[in-house]
Amino acid sequence: MTKIKMTVNGKAVSRDVPDETLLSEFLRENLRLTGTHVGCDTSQCGACVVHVNGKAIKSCSTLAASLEGADITTIEGLANGELHPMQLAFTNNHGLQCGFCTPGMIMTSVDMVGRYKAAGKELTSEAIRNELEGNICRCTGYHNIVRAVKDAASKM
Amino acid sequence: MNTGIGARVTRKEDKRFITGKGKYTDDIRNENQAYAAFVRSPHAHATVNGIDASEALAMDGVIDVLDGQQMTADGIGNLICGWAVTSKDGSPMNMGAWRPLADGNVRYVGDSLAVVIAETQAIARAAAELVEVDFDVLPAVAAPAKALDGSSPQIHENAPGNLIYDFGIGEEAATDSALAGAAHVTKISLTNNRLAPNAMEPRSAIATYDEAEEHYTLYTTSQNPHVARLVLSAFVQVAPEHKLRVIAPDVGGGFGSKIFIYPEEVTCLWASMKTNRSVKWTSDRSEAFMTDAHGRDHISTAEMGFDADGKIVGFKVDTIANFGAYMNLFSSSVPTYLYATLLSGQYNIKNIYANVRGVYTNTVPVDAYRGAGRPEACYLVERVMEQAARELGKDPTELRRANFVTEFPHQTPVIMTYDSGDFGANLDQAMDAANVSGFAARKADSANRGKLRGLGYSCYIEACGIAPSAAVGSLGAGVGLWESAEVRVNPVGTIEVLTGSHSHGQGHETTFAQIVSERFDLPIENIQIVHGDTDKVQFGMGTYGSRSGAVGMSAIVKAMDKVEAKVKKIAAHVLEASEDDIVIEGGEVKVAGTDKAMAWHEVGLAAYMAHNLPPDMEPGLKEGAFYDPANFTFPAGAYICEVEIDPETGVTDIVQFTASDDFGTIINPMIVEGQVHGGIAQGIGQAMFEQVIYDDDGQLITGSYMDYTMPRAANLPDYSVHHASTTCPNNPLGMKGCGEAGAIGSPPAVINAITDAIGSNDLAMPATPLAVWNAIQAAK
Repeated sequence: MTKIKMTVNGKAVSRDVPDETLLSEFLRENLRLTGTHVGCDTSQCGACVVHVNGKAIKSCSTLAASLEGADITTIEGLANGELHPMQLAFTNNHGLQCGFCTPGMIMTSVDMVGRYKAAGKELTSEAIRNELEGNICRCTGYHNIVRAVKDAASKM
Repeated sequence: MNTGIGARVTRKEDKRFITGKGKYTDDIRNENQAYAAFVRSPHAHATVNGIDASEALAMDGVIDVLDGQQMTADGIGNLICGWAVTSKDGSPMNMGAWRPLADGNVRYVGDSLAVVIAETQAIARAAAELVEVDFDVLPAVAAPAKALDGSSPQIHENAPGNLIYDFGIGEEAATDSALAGAAHVTKISLTNNRLAPNAMEPRSAIATYDEAEEHYTLYTTSQNPHVARLVLSAFVQVAPEHKLRVIAPDVGGGFGSKIFIYPEEVTCLWASMKTNRSVKWTSDRSEAFMTDAHGRDHISTAEMGFDADGKIVGFKVDTIANFGAYMNLFSSSVPTYLYATLLSGQYNIKNIYANVRGVYTNTVPVDAYRGAGRPEACYLVERVMEQAARELGKDPTELRRANFVTEFPHQTPVIMTYDSGDFGANLDQAMDAANVSGFAARKADSANRGKLRGLGYSCYIEACGIAPSAAVGSLGAGVGLWESAEVRVNPVGTIEVLTGSHSHGQGHETTFAQIVSERFDLPIENIQIVHGDTDKVQFGMGTYGSRSGAVGMSAIVKAMDKVEAKVKKIAAHVLEASEDDIVIEGGEVKVAGTDKAMAWHEVGLAAYMAHNLPPDMEPGLKEGAFYDPANFTFPAGAYICEVEIDPETGVTDIVQFTASDDFGTIINPMIVEGQVHGGIAQGIGQAMFEQVIYDDDGQLITGSYMDYTMPRAANLPDYSVHHASTTCPNNPLGMKGCGEAGAIGSPPAVINAITDAIGSNDLAMPATPLAVWNAIQAAK
């Protein structure tokens, strides 16, 4: 067992968990933040993406114990009083259907837009499609997700 | 803001999904939750001599290990196939016994043998590894043609030669004669590749037994919770129907794979009673590839005959359909009544005959996956049409137009009566949108860059709105395929609609509310859609086969008719007017042409106060309805795919994908377009990327996302989606259904485009770069 202390969605948390606990398990089972989803077991689908110290990572492939002191944002912590522009863009552009991949898609996309803006690079549709390589959606065919990300990028 | 029929209303359900507040089955955790892990067969075919769970039972945190012998002893029944399909000689289908936990032989890799119940999921999984199973490994067969060839191992005792049925439809002698007299016959042999459905939410079940009440509650990832309850109680007999509550909360995609009743739900229910604990199981993705029902997997040969004018005179088809190791819930209907009945396509064909042999193999069961039989029919018909046009030297659109059905109703030789459509209008619109007239110039430009360019068509038709109960009953269905609804107007005037349909991505909470908003001219915020819980909602048949609009919404319309009639009676009574003069608009119920009116909520209140109702009127304002469709519905359309191929690598780029669909009345264009996008993505997935592969011994080769190619954003194009609609004459809203069209229409469009580009008809799905490159080399 390891005692883990970190900040999740702006709140300090501390739990004793088995060493092998993945961040996705820690969030879902220990903190009961079930918005972070697990859709595969090979780190391919991206439903589990969260932000660790401001960067998008796959929480299914990260040991919670390796993140002592980290600052973590999950889908539940993204809206700051009002919905984040990315959340709004997903609903306005019908970028979700069953909703299962959506938290990971949104967290990946927020990170993506932030990186492109920081680098001063244009976020084209082609770039968005390539950047979504690690996120699988089975419902939307990605068309409206690409539109949602572009829409949000213009507002972030 | 207009929130009625035809409005692009953003979805009511979205807020919980974009904020991480969705409630999927695995998000639920009961007090004192226990966890299940399954012991599964690593062999495709074996006899089980014994199971030794002593080491697992000794592990800390293990509550119990239960096996198939114990389950059989407790009287738990078999999993069943609910549609009785008869062979052409009149004999019944050969359904082999499927035990939820194997008791005797195992027949595919992943077949469940025992379950470990433990305090945590990690302990359950670790303990499952410690269960020792003594197998005698038997020879296995995975390829469907080989399973039928007489040399293969027998998989079920009651299915000699592994044959499930030998089904025929249409007139064989007349078709043979028509082909013999044809001026030209096009012959084709095709495989429809096996697919894994891959809803992003893995299957999950939580079963809880209440000893005092002798009552079970099951949370499960189901598209049809009432059907699940019926099968679990009436057939599997794991719990009585009135003592079993099934809840399908938020469900993360289905695509058919969550229609079915699987061994895991049965086992969790039974184990919850045995251990007196709430038992939870959630599949991981590897387990999903091994155990979720797969789709497609046909091998077909076909001959289509044409007269000298290019009119089709006959179409003969022979198909082998792989069922896997057991007959899944609706498996028998997919390659027969959902496939062979659509072999007339959009065309006027006098003579059709199809022979379909269903076969067992040592693979996971196969059943309905988005489109279910109709993609297989469309792929065959539309590849034959394209190849025939090439052989006859005709334009592929002109050959199609010359054979289109243009008068309705149209009776095909394979059961279906097409009720409406305008196939030419959809082809016109798609060609216009795809700028077909500019293709030659684009092809020349590609050639200048050393690339090959091709254009492929697909004019699909499908049968949805399943289905008239008496009609499907006469064809062997073990259920009626109506739908139910209840519309409750509350005393304050807000409305709850209880529907037997189930939403797992389709947006029913929005579209169903739109038709209520339209009818009673109320804000959509005042309308709540309730679904997915057998304790809340009256019996309903659920969501599959693009039926929720045409059948589910029709039931709501029928219930609203009754509500409207009662509202008008109450208002007429209170306002001292004639019922015929009452109109409902702008939040009021009023006497037309006067200033006499009641607010909508005042009518609701009057109904429940019951102080001043017409004589003999019952208090309250809620009405229920069951809607049984009069016919199937027939969505149809034209899809055009344009590809550019690098001949050096075989890498294929879809540069343009255009769809024009006839879905009848559209409630929410935004949601309908989304359904088409997703369907096309799955169709392109089948055409270019996806394939489940078993080796000769029945080992699953494509068991994870590392091995099975899911289409990613960068693999797919933007879609150009259009509509040219005709109204369905057979349901009150004129709807046809849109959920499966994309997956049905797109695979042949893609392959026809690639074969056009490379100048060879010899190409199988999935058209990977290697497959395309090989086809280019072979054609040289």
